[in-house]
This record gives sequence, C-alpha cells and structure tokens, in this order.
Amino acid sequence: MLKINNLHVKLEEEDKRILKGVDLEVPAGKVHAIMGPNGSGKSTLSYVLSGRDGYEVTEGDATLDGEELLDMEPEERAAAGLFLAFQYPVEIPGVGNMTFLRTAVNAQRKARGEEEMSAADFLKFVRAKAKDLKIDADMLKRPVNVGFSGGEKKRNEILQMAMLEPKMCILDETDSGLDVDAMKLVSEGVNALRDEGRSFLVITHYQRLLDHIKPDVVHIMAAGRIVKSGGPELALEVENNGYADILAEIDA
Amino acid sequence: MAGVDELIAKEGVEEETVEAVKSLAGAYKYGWETEIEMEYAPKGVNPDIVRLISEKNDEPEWMTEWRLEAFARWEKLEEPSWALLNYPEIDFQDQYYYARPKSMEEKPKSLDEVDPKLLATYEKLGIPLKEQMILAGVEGAEDMPAEGRKVAVDAVFDSVSVGTTFQAELKKAGVIFCSISEAIKEHPELVKKYLGSVVPVSDNYYATLNSAVFSDGSFVYIPPNTRCPMELSTYFRINAENTGQFERTLIIADKGSYVSYLEGCTAPQRDTAQLHAAVVEIIIEEDAEVKYSTVQNWFPGDEEGKGGIYNFVTKRADCRGDRSKVMWTQVETGSAVTWKYPSCILRGAESQGEFYSIAITNNYQQADTGTKMVHLGRDTKSRIVSKGISAGKAQNTYRGLVSMHPKAKNSRNYTQCDSLLIGDKCGAHTVPYIEVKNNSSRVEHEATTSKVDEEQMFYCRQRGMDEEEAVALIVNGFAKEVLQALPMEFAMEAQQLVAISLEGSVG
Repeated sequence: MLKINNLHVKLEEEDKRILKGVDLEVPAGKVHAIMGPNGSGKSTLSYVLSGRDGYEVTEGDATLDGEELLDMEPEERAAAGLFLAFQYPVEIPGVGNMTFLRTAVNAQRKARGEEEMSAADFLKFVRAKAKDLKIDADMLKRPVNVGFSGGEKKRNEILQMAMLEPKMCILDETDSGLDVDAMKLVSEGVNALRDEGRSFLVITHYQRLLDHIKPDVVHIMAAGRIVKSGGPELALEVENNGYADILAEIDA
Repeated sequence: MAGVDELIAKEGVEEETVEAVKSLAGAYKYGWETEIEMEYAPKGVNPDIVRLISEKNDEPEWMTEWRLEAFARWEKLEEPSWALLNYPEIDFQDQYYYARPKSMEEKPKSLDEVDPKLLATYEKLGIPLKEQMILAGVEGAEDMPAEGRKVAVDAVFDSVSVGTTFQAELKKAGVIFCSISEAIKEHPELVKKYLGSVVPVSDNYYATLNSAVFSDGSFVYIPPNTRCPMELSTYFRINAENTGQFERTLIIADKGSYVSYLEGCTAPQRDTAQLHAAVVEIIIEEDAEVKYSTVQNWFPGDEEGKGGIYNFVTKRADCRGDRSKVMWTQVETGSAVTWKYPSCILRGAESQGEFYSIAITNNYQQADTGTKMVHLGRDTKSRIVSKGISAGKAQNTYRGLVSMHPKAKNSRNYTQCDSLLIGDKCGAHTVPYIEVKNNSSRVEHEATTSKVDEEQMFYCRQRGMDEEEAVALIVNGFAKEVLQALPMEFAMEAQQLVAISLEGSVG
C-alpha cells in the first residue's frame, strides 16, 4: 500500500531540515501508528504525503500502490485514494457541508472516470454515513466547520473519510481537542471503516487514542526519523515512561 | 424528490459550476458573433442622428423633441471622472449609435418573419427552449406546457427588440410587456407620464446621452393589484462592432402589484472596446413590489485587457407609494469597465429598498459599483449586501451612498460590504458616503476584506477538487447571501459565471 523510502524534506522558505530519512511501509488492511514528541516531524510527514505547499523533498520517494505520490497534485493524490484527516479542519464560510461533500465526492469520481453520483443517491449515502457518526441533519447544512465544536470538526473529518472511501487514511492528531466521549465516537467511526483493502496511519501524541483504534504496528518518530518500531505494547511503554527512555536508548 | 433537489441546490455550488469550468476552460462563452447584414446610421452623434433614430423607430413628434432636448443638454456636459476607473478617453463621435439587422427594417408582423440567424443567436445564449420556439414562431408553442417556471422574454439585439414572448398570456393578466419603441407608439400616455420621471434627462452624462440616442429596450406595466403571472426577462446582446448599445427600460408597478424582472447581457469578443450606456427606471406605487435581477456578462476584455465593454449604467427605482418595495440583485462578472449604482428613492412611508451585489473582476477588469439609498419618507428601510471579488490585476470599488433626509424619521439602513482578494496584484476599495439629517434614524455599516486562504485551498484539494473547482466553491460560498437573493434559474447561471469568470485566477 504505502511505501516511504528514505524521505528527506526541508522547508521551502528556509534552510530547515525536518524529515531526515523516513522509511515506512504500511501494508494493505493494516493500522500503523506514529508517536513522537513535539517537533519530531509527524505532521510534516502527513502534509508532505498529501502535497501541501511549503515543503521541498530533497531525497527519497513515497508510493501508494506503486504510484509515485510526490509527483502528483494534491487532488490527484486524493483521487488515488489518499485521505488526510486534518488536525485543524479549515472553515469555509457560506459553503454548505453537504455541498462540499458532494463536490468532493464527484470530483474524485470524475477524476477516476466514474459516473457522478445523483442528488438522490448522494443524499441517501450521506444520511446513512452521518447517522453512524451521530452527525445530525443540521450539521450537514451548516457551512463547512464554521462554528463547529472541536468534536464536531473531527467527526466531520471522519464523515468525509467515510464518504470518500479512500485506500490510505492519515489521521493527524485526530484526538487533539477531544473529550473522552467524542474520542470514542470518532474511534468507532474509524474502526467501522477498517477493511482489508484500507490502511491507516494514525499520528498521535498519546496512547489513549490507540486504546480505541488498535494499531498493528507502532512507530516512534524523533528528530525527523523513525527511531523505533514495535507492537501495540510500544505505545504503552511511551505512556508509562515517556519518550525520554526510548530516545536515550537510541542515542546510546 | 423536489425536496431533495431543493435542499442541494440551495447549498451553494452545484456540479454544473464545476462542469462549466471544465467545458469552457479559458474561453468567454458568448464570444462569437452572428453574421447578419446590418444597417447602420453614420458614425457619430449629432441632432441629425438623433432625429434619424427617432424616425427609424417611427416615433411621434413629442418623443423626437424629448430626445433633441436631451442631446442639447448632453453637449454641455462633461464626462465624469470621480470614479476609480482608468480607461482611455472615449471618442463619442467614433461610435455607431444605431445598428439593426437588415431583416428588421420592416418590423416583423409575426415572429415567423424574424431572421432565423437571430433566433439561432438566442439559442446559443441559452434562452429556454420554449421561449425559443415562441421567438421562432412555432405554431402552438404558446399552449405547450412550459418546462418549469415560465419566463417571458424580450430580446434586444444591438439596437432593436426582435421579439417578445408570452404576449397573449400576459395580456390576459393586463400586464404590458413589450419593447419600449412599441410602447411609445401603443401606450404614449404611460410613457409620457413616466419616462424620465425617475432618471431625469439631466441626471448624468451617460443618462443624458442615453435619453438622446436610446434605440430600444423593454417596457413593463403591471396594473393595480396584479401579480405578474411569470418572470419577465430581457436579454441584451451587442453584436455589431463599434456600436454603442443604449437601451432604455421602463417598469411601472401600479398599486399593490408585483413583478420579478430578469436582465441578462452578453456581447461578442472583440479587440476594440464597446460602449454600453443604459438607463433603467422603475416606478413603484403603493404596496407594490419589484424585484430586478441582473446577470451582466458583457465581454470583459482579454487577458491583456484588450477590448471589452465599457458599461455605464444608470438604474434607479422610485418607491413612490407607501409600503412599496424594491429589490435590486446584480451579478456583475463582465465588462472591462463597470460604472453602475442601482439606486432606491425611498419616498413612500415605510417603503423598502434592498441591494444585493456580486461584482467579480479578473485580469484587467475594473468595476466601480454600488448603490444609493435615498431615504425621504418616514420609517423607510434599506439593506445593502455587497460582495466584491478581485483577481488578476483587477480593481474593484464599492461606492455607496446612504442618505437620511430630515423627514425620513425612524428610518434604518444596514450595509454589509465584503471584499475578497485572489492573488496579490488586485485591489479592493470601499467608499461609503453616509448623510444623516435627522436624529431618529439609524445607519449601520460593516466592511471586511479577506483573501482566499491557502489553507482553504489545500483543504479542498486534499478532498479531490482541482484549483479552479476549489476557488469556485470558496467564492460561491463568500457570495452565497447574494446568490440566494436571485431567482432560482438565475442563481444556477450566476454560480456558473462565478466559476467561469475566475478562470486562470489561481496557479
């Protein structure tokens, strides 16, 4: 599914190296988590993979099902099946959530040469998915993320994910700003989407999200590289002892 | 099912917007010209030309005199220069003031006689099929069930009106909807009473010129206590080169009546600038209501700023009667230069004026547009919502006047003026004038300026939209309040226009 090979990235505007040789492979159907202290490059990895401006890849590559991701426009990556659940979902005033979703769904379908979804089919589809995430009709009509609570914004991200049915989902600190109930709801939404053909890369600071979304593999990222990988127990180790021990172990 | 469609349609951008961007990439959709033999008056303007125009329209003596008087005044006036617009000096003697298709030399007695090429032109403009058939004089077309809502159309091609649809049905309701040249002959008492009563001959440079040389336009009269049974619509098209179009529209809503009027405009793509100076006058009596919606898509000039329409328009509504109401909605996406301030004279007690505007300028387009709300009567209310969008190297100015006269006790105005910038070479300007001459009225003004945000763009693109789809979506969201004020058919067209007119503004 997703293969990242020796990825080096610096900021476009200044001479600051952020990723310094990331190697990562997420096979189909698997959930991988990336944990790490602030400033380790976790969010940058998600932005570089999804094609946000402001970063320069100096070395290495990333492929999704063999397709070179880094050469593609952001929308082409989306159509190829890459989805990023944003840490800070953006507000778009005046654009109804439903309109946004429909435009996105149909843009991707068109890019893949599929027929666009009719208004009626779309409505049925979105209502069913929204119900699973306890998103009410009112939230679908409101402008995208405008006036949404933290929990609503994150649920809205998962709704978009459910609607777009991507192959590779990146969750960038989806747990930030969520209370326990909201986190449970979001996690249930994600778990419902787990599937043989779909992979997840879950970026988080804290172990608690991984209680709900059980990862197959946990990676620890520090100073722009993946420094340690292991099973779910690695997350618990971080939770109990912090990053210091692991980082010290690596330096040694 | 109707519920479903309605819900989606009201949300903002439809997939048609996106399709329109795709299918029309890089091109002004209406940029073709129709090859029709034209008859021109000689270039330039002088009393002889004024007389000729009057004669060609077979006008009575009083009308000719009215025009000549206007011309005499115009000669003494100077072109105004206060607007924030830069354009080469217009040589008013280097324009044709009268052009009409040769086939119209004898006004067609029935629509069968209309040149098929003209009708083909209107087909290209997307005039609904049924109206086309009626314009084409297809027998029985009037009795066919209309698809969706009915819209009666008056089509004005260069200087003359080529046909009005649904005449019979309107007549049944007592509504008069015809070309103004016809009205001058058939309803002189109404024309004499109202023409120039809202926009006086002496009003301003362009209006005075229009009064002298207007060639045609539309006339509407809604009798007392009548709700016009369908939307009325005029399509204006400039076809001939170096031709000014000076149309004149006169709408009278008698006591307790209601009408919704739509105006659409296009012109072919040319290197040389073309002049358009229209006058619209609306008279609204007691308890009557008029909605006037415009989608202006004159050729905006090319990417280097060559060609395009110079659009100098005077539009004014006079709310004469108590509790009368007018609503102007405009979507201005075309023209190289726009100078336009649809205004409301709130004379009647408790009368209301509303102005909703979207002005989009891209490339080298310039727009100086806004409204005037003149509160004369007590308890009058006005509301202004203006959305200016600038891209490329365009300049977009909102200029508005809110005036509370001494007798306009307890009156209110609310103005909201938002500007959106795309890129860093365009400009947005807001110039509000506020005069309050009594102490019981309230005027509120809110203004914002923002840029299309990189984060919003990336968010949309990560979800699969390309840059142009994303900009169209964001801009349609920005302008939503105004789009919602348009009649449904126009709203769709307007959304597409928003997308098309911003092509090439990103990336």
